[in-house]
Amino acid sequence: MRGISFEAIYVLWLRELKAFIRARSRIVGNIVQPLFFMAILGVGFKSSMRFTGVGMQGIDYLQFLVPGLIGMTILFSSMFAGLSILWDRQFGFLREIMVAPVSRLSLVLGRVAGGMTTTILQALSILLIAYLFGFRIKGIMELLLSIIFMILIGTGFVGMGVAFASKMEDMHGFQIVMNFIIMPIFFLSGALFPLKGLPPWLGFLTYIDPLTYGVDALRGIMLNISYFPLAIDFVILAIFCVTMLFTGAVFFSQCEV
Amino acid sequence: MDNSADSNKKQAIRVSNLTKEFNGFKAIDNISFSVEEGEIFGMLGPNGAGKTTTIRILSTTLKATKGEAFVWGYDISKQPDKIRRSIGIVFQDQTLDDRLTGMENLDFHARLYGMKRNLREKRIKEVLHLVDLWDKRNTLVKYYSGGMCRRLEIARGLMHYPRVLFLDEPTLGLDAQTRHNIWEHIRVLNKREKIAILLTTHYMDEADTLCNRVGIIDKGKILIIDEPEKLKNMVGKDLISIKVSSPEKMMQILSNFEWVSNKRVYDGLLHLEVTEGEKRIPFLINLAQRYSLSVDLVSLRRPTLEDVFLHFTGKRIREEEGTLRERISARIRSRRRR
Ligand SMILES: Nc1ncnc2c1ncn2[C@@H]1O[C@H](COP(=O)(O)OP(=O)(O)OP(=O)(O)O)[C@@H](O)[C@H]1O
Ligand SMILES: [Mg+2]
Repeated sequence: MRGISFEAIYVLWLRELKAFIRARSRIVGNIVQPLFFMAILGVGFKSSMRFTGVGMQGIDYLQFLVPGLIGMTILFSSMFAGLSILWDRQFGFLREIMVAPVSRLSLVLGRVAGGMTTTILQALSILLIAYLFGFRIKGIMELLLSIIFMILIGTGFVGMGVAFASKMEDMHGFQIVMNFIIMPIFFLSGALFPLKGLPPWLGFLTYIDPLTYGVDALRGIMLNISYFPLAIDFVILAIFCVTMLFTGAVFFSQCEV
Repeated sequence: MDNSADSNKKQAIRVSNLTKEFNGFKAIDNISFSVEEGEIFGMLGPNGAGKTTTIRILSTTLKATKGEAFVWGYDISKQPDKIRRSIGIVFQDQTLDDRLTGMENLDFHARLYGMKRNLREKRIKEVLHLVDLWDKRNTLVKYYSGGMCRRLEIARGLMHYPRVLFLDEPTLGLDAQTRHNIWEHIRVLNKREKIAILLTTHYMDEADTLCNRVGIIDKGKILIIDEPEKLKNMVGKDLISIKVSSPEKMMQILSNFEWVSNKRVYDGLLHLEVTEGEKRIPFLINLAQRYSLSVDLVSLRRPTLEDVFLHFTGKRIREEEGTLRERISARIRSRRRR
C-alpha cells in the first residue's frame, strides 16, 4: 500500500465532483454569501468610500473587495473539502475507503484534487458575478496567474482541513474549527480592509495569517495594488501549501477508523 | 486475481491465540479458530462480545495485541495489502455514499480496487443481479430502503472477487422478511462464488440456518465451536421449562431421576434437559402437586442455539428474537390441592 494510485485519486476526485454538482443547496449557499457581501458591503461602501493612497486612486471599494471575496470563497470551500472527512466518518463511508488496498497518501491527494476542483469552480463563479457588477480582469495572463494562486491557497487549506479532521473524533469539532480557525483567518486576512496603517497588534496577526498573502497576491494580479511583492506572496504560500499538505497526509495516515 | 500463498491453502482464515487489548481491557481474549474454503462460519455472541474487533483485526484495519492470524494464507501483520485484495467486507454500520447511485457506489469501489473497465462493467452487472438490484442501479442510495442498502453493500463486498467475505451482522435491524431474503442471497453467493464467509450475528436463527459451523463468543472468549446440529445435541434432547411456586424445591425433588440430564433455575423458571419430553410433562405436574407445589406453566421444545448459549455462558443473549422452532407450549394451570 505504498506508492500513489492515480486511479484512486481519480475516483475520489470524481466522487467529490458528482456530490458537488448534486448538492445544489451547497452551491447556492457558497455563491449567495459572497454575492451579498458584494451587493451590500461593496455597493454600500462604494458611494461613500474611495481609496486615496499612492497607486490606489480610482479603485472603489467594490473592486477592492472582489479579490478578498474570492479568497474567502477559497478558504471556506477548501477547508470544508478537507473537513468533509468528518462527514465520511459520521456516515461510515470512511471505512469503505480506509479498508481498500490503497495508500493513505493517495486518499489525501484524491481529496485535495476533488476539493481543489470544486473550490476553483466556485472562485470562478464569484469572478463571473463580479463581472456583472462591473469588475474586470485585464487579460488572460492575469486570469491564469490568479488561478495558479487560487490553487496554491486552496491546496493549503484542504490540507489544513484534512489535518484537523484527522485529529477530531466526531462532528462536534467542526464548529470549533469554524469559529476559532476559519473565521479569524478570514477576518484577519485583509479581505475586507487594506493592510496599510494597521495598529501593530493587528498588523502582526494579519502577517501570520496565510490567507493574507493569498488575498494580497490576487489583488496585486487583478488590480495592481499589493502590499507585498508578488514573489514574497508566492514563496510564503508555497511554503504554507507544502507544509499543510504534508501535515494533512501525516495526520491522516495516523488516524484510525 | 493473483494466486494464494502456497501454505495454508485449504484454510480461508486461521487465527491462533489472538488477543486485543484496549487500555488493558481485553476485547478479545486469546481466541483461536479457522474457516475452511467455501465454508460459512458464524461468530455468535451478544453486544460487546468482540465480534467486530475480530473482523477489524482480520481486515488489517486494527493491530492485534498478541497472537497471529492468516487470511487466505497471508499474515495479517506482514501482508496487509495482499489481504485487503483478497477480502470483501460488509461493515456493521452502513458505509455507502448516499449521494451516489447504487451503480456509482460499485463503480467507485471497483476503481479503488484497480479493476479495469471491461471487468468492472461485467462484474457490476453480475453482482447487482445477484442481489436483485439491477433495476434500481440508477437510483440514488438515499432513496434505498434498509434492506436494499444491505444488499448493495453485500454486492459491493463481492465486486473485486474476494476469496473471503466478512459479514458483520448482515441483517441487524431489518424486518423478518428482509432478513430471510438476505439469507437467501448469502446462500446463493456462497454457492455460486465458492467464497468463504465469516459472519457475525447475535441472532440465533441466523447462525442456525446459515452457518456450517458456529463459534459461540462471549466477553472476548470463544467458548465452543461446532456445527449447529451438534451444538444443539450437546445441550440435550428436549427442553422443559416449568413455572412452579418453588423452583429450588422442585429441583431438589428431581435430583434422583436419571432422565433429567441438566437442571438450572433462570428467570424464575426451572429449566430441564430431558429425554422423551412429551411423556414427562404429566409426570412432572403430578409430582409437583404431590409436594404441594403449584405449576403455572409448562413448555416443551427442541433445543435452539439460544439454549446452547445459555448452557455455555449461563445467560441468555440479550435479544429474545430467535424463532423457537418446534415450540410446543403447554399452558396448564393447576390449583393447589391439599
Ligand atoms: N476503539 C476501542 N476502544 C476501546 N474499547 C473498544 C474499542 N473498540 C471496541 N471496544 C470494546 O471492545 C469490546 C468489543 O467490542 P466489539 O465492537 O468487538 O463488540 P461486538 O461483538 O461487535 O458487539 P456488537 O454486537 O455490539 O457489535 C466492547 O466492550 C467495546 O466497548
Ligand atoms: Mg459489532
